[in-house]
Amino acid sequence: MLKKLCLAGSILFCFSVIFPNCQPNPYREGERLYKTHCANCHMEDGAGLHALIPPLAGSDYLKNHRQKLPCLVRYGIKDTIVVNGQVFAEQMPGVATLSEIQIVNILNFVNTSWGNQIEPFRLEETRTLLEKCRH
Amino acid sequence: MKYFAFIVLIITTWAACLTSPEKRTLPILGERDISPGGDTIYRSVPDFSFIDQDSQLVTNATFADKIYVVDFFFIHCPTICPRVKKNGLRLYEKYKNDGRVMLLSHSIDVRNDTVAALHRHAAKLGVDAKKWRLVTGDHDAIYSIADDYFSVAVEDPDSPGGFDHSGRLILVDKNRHVRSFCDGTNAEEVDRFMKDIDLLLEEQFPR
Ligand code: HEC
Repeated sequence: MLKKLCLAGSILFCFSVIFPNCQPNPYREGERLYKTHCANCHMEDGAGLHALIPPLAGSDYLKNHRQKLPCLVRYGIKDTIVVNGQVFAEQMPGVATLSEIQIVNILNFVNTSWGNQIEPFRLEETRTLLEKCRH
Repeated sequence: MKYFAFIVLIITTWAACLTSPEKRTLPILGERDISPGGDTIYRSVPDFSFIDQDSQLVTNATFADKIYVVDFFFIHCPTICPRVKKNGLRLYEKYKNDGRVMLLSHSIDVRNDTVAALHRHAAKLGVDAKKWRLVTGDHDAIYSIADDYFSVAVEDPDSPGGFDHSGRLILVDKNRHVRSFCDGTNAEEVDRFMKDIDLLLEEQFPR
């Protein structure tokens, strides 16, 4: 029995080494939440829409304004911002019902999808940032 | 002899199929009546009059001898509108240089989506008003024409953004009949819809 398990395990391991791309994004919950709350506007591929909705894929805003992201998701944003050199003066509604951990998951999904490589958020950090913008 | 007749039958049916292939035509959608004379009367899009992003009057005459695609949206829509717009842009790109096809988007938020706001919105989408009319107008007129295009555009305070509306794209022929529609949020359905547009072009603009 144990032998069989070992064998199955090592086969699985081999596969995951050979086909790393088949592994789903580790932020499964984040992905699901993204599809529900964000993809209508920012699109499944994170590309946004022309001058109306900024991209998340390859967005330099994610890096440059990391501290603002948790509040942005919860409370939205209505500002003039620059994303990859393009100006946006639009508005985005927040999703007030998301819990802290859900915000962490969404942001980490965004930060590691479509080639984005941004350091993951942790719950503690997110909580502190959210404290600052509590309305 | 029996076999011979059989083979002849097969060959003639086969030839008949070849010469008049079964061509798919789009049905005329919506309610219909039978006139006293026995003819079928199809419901058609009624007269309308709206204002577009360049303050131009848009009426049925704007689409005379054209086929057009209709949808309903509003600028600050938190749900499906950007997806529908993205697919609308695919249609725009495909038929950009084809004068027979136009697009008509009605805003259902007459309070916020003024002509100036629609103008900015069109500019951000990068679309030409000659091809894609974004219109506003009388509130009731917009909601009632929505019913006529059988889209759902009823004000619903519970829906996100305050409006509930379907993301349908609706295809209208040059006789003011609705011929096809699709879920504008779904890229695959829009692929199928584009085939319907091509079919309608063949039907109504024979070479
Ligand atoms: C109704 C459409 C809409 C929805 C839904 C939406 N956004 Fe946005 N988002 C926007 C717009 C528009 C802006 C630009 C706001 C501005 O100009 O002030 C923006 C800006 C952003 C930015 C900063 C700019 C950038 O591109 O990096 C981030 C990050 C972001 N959104 C993430 C999200 C996440 C995560 C969600 C889901 C929880 C989400 N958005 C849901 C429309 C939307």
